[in-house]
Amino acid sequence: MRLLNRSAGRISRHRRGPAAGLAVLLLGLLLTGGLYTVFAPAQAEKATSDTEAVAEGRKLFLVGCASCHGQNGEGISTVREGYEKGPSLVGVGAAAVDFQVGTGRMPMAQPGSQAPRKTVAYSDEEVAAMAAYVASLAPGPAVPTEEDYSIDGLSADEREEAIVRGGQIFLTNCTACHNFNGSGGAMPRGGYAPSLHGVEGKYIYEALLTGPQAMPNFSNGNLSPEEKRDVIAYLGSIQDTPNYGGFGLGGLGPVSEGMFAWVLGIGGLVGFAVWIAAHTTRSTKVKEGADA
Amino acid sequence: MSLDTSKVATSNGATAATAGKPSKLGGVAGWADERLGLAGAMKKNLRKVFPDHWSFMLGEIALWSFVVLLLTGVLLTLWFTPSMGEVHYEGSYDQLRGIEMSEAMASTLNISFDVRGGLLLRQMHHWAAMLFIASMMVHLLRVAFTGAFRKPREVNWVIGCLLLLLGTLEGFTGYSLPDDLLSGTGVRAADGFLKATPVVGSYMSFFLFGGEFPGQAIIPRLYIIHVLLIPGLLLGLIAAHMLLLVYHKHTQWPGPGRTEQNVVGFPMLPVYAAKAGGFFFIVFGVTAIMGGLLSINPVWKFGPYDPTKVTAGSQPDWYMGWPDGLLRIMPGWESVIFGYTISWNVMIPILIVPPTMLVILILLPFIEAWITGDKREHHLLQRPRNAPTRTAVMVSLMTFYGLAWAAGGNDIIAIKFHMSINHITYFMRVMVFLGPAIAFFVTRRWCISLQRHDNEKLLHGYETGIIMRSPEGGYSERHLPISEASAYSLTARDRDEIYTVEGDTDANGVVAPGSRAQAVRAKLSEKMYGYNVQKPTAEEIEEAHHHAEHEHELEAGLDHPADGHQFDGHSDHTVDEAPLRGH
Repeated sequence: MRLLNRSAGRISRHRRGPAAGLAVLLLGLLLTGGLYTVFAPAQAEKATSDTEAVAEGRKLFLVGCASCHGQNGEGISTVREGYEKGPSLVGVGAAAVDFQVGTGRMPMAQPGSQAPRKTVAYSDEEVAAMAAYVASLAPGPAVPTEEDYSIDGLSADEREEAIVRGGQIFLTNCTACHNFNGSGGAMPRGGYAPSLHGVEGKYIYEALLTGPQAMPNFSNGNLSPEEKRDVIAYLGSIQDTPNYGGFGLGGLGPVSEGMFAWVLGIGGLVGFAVWIAAHTTRSTKVKEGADA
Repeated sequence: MSLDTSKVATSNGATAATAGKPSKLGGVAGWADERLGLAGAMKKNLRKVFPDHWSFMLGEIALWSFVVLLLTGVLLTLWFTPSMGEVHYEGSYDQLRGIEMSEAMASTLNISFDVRGGLLLRQMHHWAAMLFIASMMVHLLRVAFTGAFRKPREVNWVIGCLLLLLGTLEGFTGYSLPDDLLSGTGVRAADGFLKATPVVGSYMSFFLFGGEFPGQAIIPRLYIIHVLLIPGLLLGLIAAHMLLLVYHKHTQWPGPGRTEQNVVGFPMLPVYAAKAGGFFFIVFGVTAIMGGLLSINPVWKFGPYDPTKVTAGSQPDWYMGWPDGLLRIMPGWESVIFGYTISWNVMIPILIVPPTMLVILILLPFIEAWITGDKREHHLLQRPRNAPTRTAVMVSLMTFYGLAWAAGGNDIIAIKFHMSINHITYFMRVMVFLGPAIAFFVTRRWCISLQRHDNEKLLHGYETGIIMRSPEGGYSERHLPISEASAYSLTARDRDEIYTVEGDTDANGVVAPGSRAQAVRAKLSEKMYGYNVQKPTAEEIEEAHHHAEHEHELEAGLDHPADGHQFDGHSDHTVDEAPLRGH
């Protein structure tokens, strides 16, 4: 303590010195910059880091995206109020591009109620370049890294807790549209919540972060990064665990169950009834044709 | 049908039957009979004859699946805890470990994962329930389409309808018990239905739930309704249904030797008992296979009920699907009267239409009997085509049911067929009215055409597929007469008699009492029977056959009737010997 006091006193002696102002200024700048890097949202980090990728991305953007989203990603609105050919991409961030282009939803094959997942049109590098370009327009969510959406780094107990927690978050926030099994559900006017079966953790994370199409945006304030990770863990776990009851009938609930009851159950039993009724009790087989 | 009776009895001749040496079993039976005196009743009933037809076994599916329900249900009660007390789940299912849930849910998970064979029992019970109600419905359709609900079986029809209602309620109370997210959503919906009742709604809801939804009482209450009250009623009504079946004797299809006074078929023992007993094992087996291989109601994925949660694909089991469908397509109409909201959007599809449909169903035989004025007993069945209006009414009702049912799965249809859920809803709103009308018209005309086809067969024979060419080069198809047995079956039906009012005023011009109702009745009777095709008379058939023979002579250019096989190597018989297909 005394040492601290002594050194503080030594510094204090220079407080009116000629270099003091400069030193404080430098210290202040260093602190602000340092704190900003530590606490600022991660997405702002690499906004303009790779100018080469941005230039490359812009080229691709002008060819593949600009006809709907505008030459500078500003969006193109139609004559009708509130309708647009393509929304503005300013501030949607790299995550949105990675999700939309990385799952093949963009570029759209045709206008419609919803862009379906389809074959991806670009290579990973091209997607990354376009993401970099769109991210350069304004700060937005960055593409998440493996640690963001994977529970592999956790201990076994923590993993189990994460899955249980994720299940409850999933049932509260997601099942209303995506169904209890992640099998998907209907949305108004031809829209739909797609099936989550086999969807990579990265894309689920990005969808939560950016709220694509009809999906609401689950920002980090609503659903913390850990909670997002847990939901992904739960979805992975119900796909990894066996179908305990047998064939899952598409995981769609009572509608498919009813269909199986009627087609297989009643269909089969009526078939058996026909079979039983067709077999009378002759001890000797009577030749065909003699039967009335 | 000729039966060789020598294999089953020696008593068909003039001498008395010879009794063999009494077997050990006979000794036991004798001992029992001397003390219980059952032989008299057994003697009669063990030899009771049942006619054989696949469509008579549909009700049996319902009976046997009910037995499966009782068996599996009793076992499930051994482990199920009907309580809404909160516990932390600590069982084998990882994804829910540590979650707070009701004891009902926890014990359901326990049955599913920690009781050996528990999941199989649960799934068998659920599949059997689905089959129970489905088979009751197909049985009901068989009875309606064949006119088996006519006198004297109207009361049994009513009992059957009540069984269907009770089965549905039993199903609802059953799938609500696990207290998972899906069942809780269903109970919440039921609470909404109760509350939509004007004036007494909220009182009824508070009465059922013992306070505000969900409370602590609903699971134990549903449980006792599910395992005691409704099964008791079901058992009693099934017994009554079966007793009446024995009392009335089973209906049969018309055919040679089958009249309104007899039943042609096999005796209960040994034939029918073996068939029915065997069918039980088949129903049990099918249920076991379904329970073992097909997942049903995976409660562990739904998680415990929580009023803040809901899942897409929240549907009731299939038998509650059609009111749900009506609810889904109903426009959101509400009106406020004296500050009270009347929810037409819930009342019409749930509280008004389904009970009305049930009443219509129950009244069907009575309405028909009133219109036809038919007071005779009927033990011979009608083919659906021979009652075109009844068949059309049933198909019309089925169409309504089917459309409402499909509307209940509108979201699944939307995602599986890539359609807009809104368009499905608009379509259904129109079709629930239009569809039944179209179905009625099409079915009736279809039946009448089939009647006409029957008459063609009677008068001109069946189509042989043999094409004849006349010397002039014209082509015609040979028709051959159908067998006498087929002709008998086709003509074993009554001519429809249109009810007419016989003088609604007497000699002094005084209007007979109730004549307006009689006029309505006459009009309905006219509408019901007016377009039907009646069977040809004996003279018409005779005349047609003569005519046909003459025609064939002309066609063949031969001086005797030709069967068309003169040149194809099959001409080793004349028309009379020509093998008849199963017509």
